[in-house]
Amino acid sequence: MSGIGNSGDAASDVRGVIDTVYRTESRRVLATLIRLLGDFDRAEEALHEAFSAAVEQWPRDGVPASPRAWLVSAGRFRAIDALRRRTRFDASLAALASELEGQTASPVEWIGEETLEDDRLRLIFTCCHPALQPDAQVALTLREVCGLTTEEIARAFLTAPRTVAQRIVRAKAKIRDARIPYQIPGRTELPDRLDAVLRVVYLVFNEGYSASSGATLTRHDLSGEAIRLGRLLVELLAEPEALGLLALMLLQESRRAARTSPAGELVLLDAQDRSAWDRGLIADGVALVERALGSGPPGPYALQAAIAAVHADAADGAATDWAQIVGLYDVLLRADASPVVELNRAAAVTMRDGPAAGLALIDALLARGELADYQFAHSARADCCRRLGRVDEARTSYTKALELARQEPERRFLERRLRELE
Amino acid sequence: MRYLCLIYDEEKKLGAMSKSESDAFLGEYFAFTEDIKKSGHYLGGEALQPVNTATSVRVRSGKMSTTDGPFAETKEQLGGYYLIEAKDLNDALQVASRIPSAKFGTVEVRPIQDFS
Repeated sequence: MSGIGNSGDAASDVRGVIDTVYRTESRRVLATLIRLLGDFDRAEEALHEAFSAAVEQWPRDGVPASPRAWLVSAGRFRAIDALRRRTRFDASLAALASELEGQTASPVEWIGEETLEDDRLRLIFTCCHPALQPDAQVALTLREVCGLTTEEIARAFLTAPRTVAQRIVRAKAKIRDARIPYQIPGRTELPDRLDAVLRVVYLVFNEGYSASSGATLTRHDLSGEAIRLGRLLVELLAEPEALGLLALMLLQESRRAARTSPAGELVLLDAQDRSAWDRGLIADGVALVERALGSGPPGPYALQAAIAAVHADAADGAATDWAQIVGLYDVLLRADASPVVELNRAAAVTMRDGPAAGLALIDALLARGELADYQFAHSARADCCRRLGRVDEARTSYTKALELARQEPERRFLERRLRELE
Repeated sequence: MRYLCLIYDEEKKLGAMSKSESDAFLGEYFAFTEDIKKSGHYLGGEALQPVNTATSVRVRSGKMSTTDGPFAETKEQLGGYYLIEAKDLNDALQVASRIPSAKFGTVEVRPIQDFS
């Protein structure tokens, strides 16, 4: 820094730089500090300290050439220093401080590009470790990987901040006490562990895409976070199912503007204004589906994305290649059988072969009982009955669906259908 | 780090095994124990007699009371344990997943509290 005269402007410029560095680098720096310090809380404190040091020193000394490396070093140094100061009260910390100090010789080794990207993966896999409760996996991932605050997570999931905070505290305690390692799983464990990560990402996406209850149909921020996470995963680990999940999320996201009317009413796929679909997202999604399908036998996410891509390809509902969609559902059922997938297949059969064929499949499914409390099974049945002119049965099934629906736009949609029957 | 692997089995199911089935099951246990002795994980382990041999003891206001049976009636019963040394939870879970009972029952993995 030269010259006192312009220091006011220069200082505010540096503040701007620090804000930007915080947004783009703080999660990477945290991921590396967790590895170096072996503890989430210690690393978060160190991250905070490192940025405090930056605010103090960068305006005076200039912005370092590699802010990330500087922050990692500063955080690590301050954490070890803090441990040293505390050794006066707790002798066991002395050994820990020496251990942390001695473990890594050269800065290059712990801040090299590859190691850093590995740290981000380590963080994701640790936050989504199957030994943690599913709720805690989601909260911890949003907090540590995405950098959301506890309040933001609570708002997004319609829970109390205290509940979210407790989940995070308990999860961190288990990571520490049961010694969950900060590791990228090896080849043999990878498929299962990746599944757990993808499940968390998709859950976050869905929570944002169709809130499970409440007045708003979409909570955009969460879907955005999930897509960012999906992109990060693909960048770090281009496994077919990671590609498939990102493709699926992008293709679903592409319809966001079309799935609610200006008045906030739900618009089904069939009736959506396809010119409102985001062609850029569709192009990205389709390219990813092709990559995913090109690398080995397709998994459930890639197959669902492929189905979404067929929809995206059609000019309207009638022009949709329903035969191909039914075929993809057949493959999906072999990869990942579930009653909900069977129901979706039945809906595609309805489109291909007509409502009588669809109704037969849906009735057989409902008779098995698993979908008795699933709103969309009853609304799909009602649709078939309506199209077949079986008004009484349609009314009964729409009513049943309405009893189960929790989301306002969905409820209004079903009420409208019921009125139309009169 | 030390972990205790608590093995929960359905005694009814074990009791319903034929002689050759239960011999094979025991054989799997012997082989597994040998295996984790070789790999350095094994610190100790025992099988327990069935819960009908259990007695629960409580002392309240200085007075001891005993009741017949286990602490809690559950579908699966504690039937044995291994104490193991493992690098971390992943390592411990790998070992626990190879305990023959994991295929039928449940193995609970608990880190040992270190007071030192």
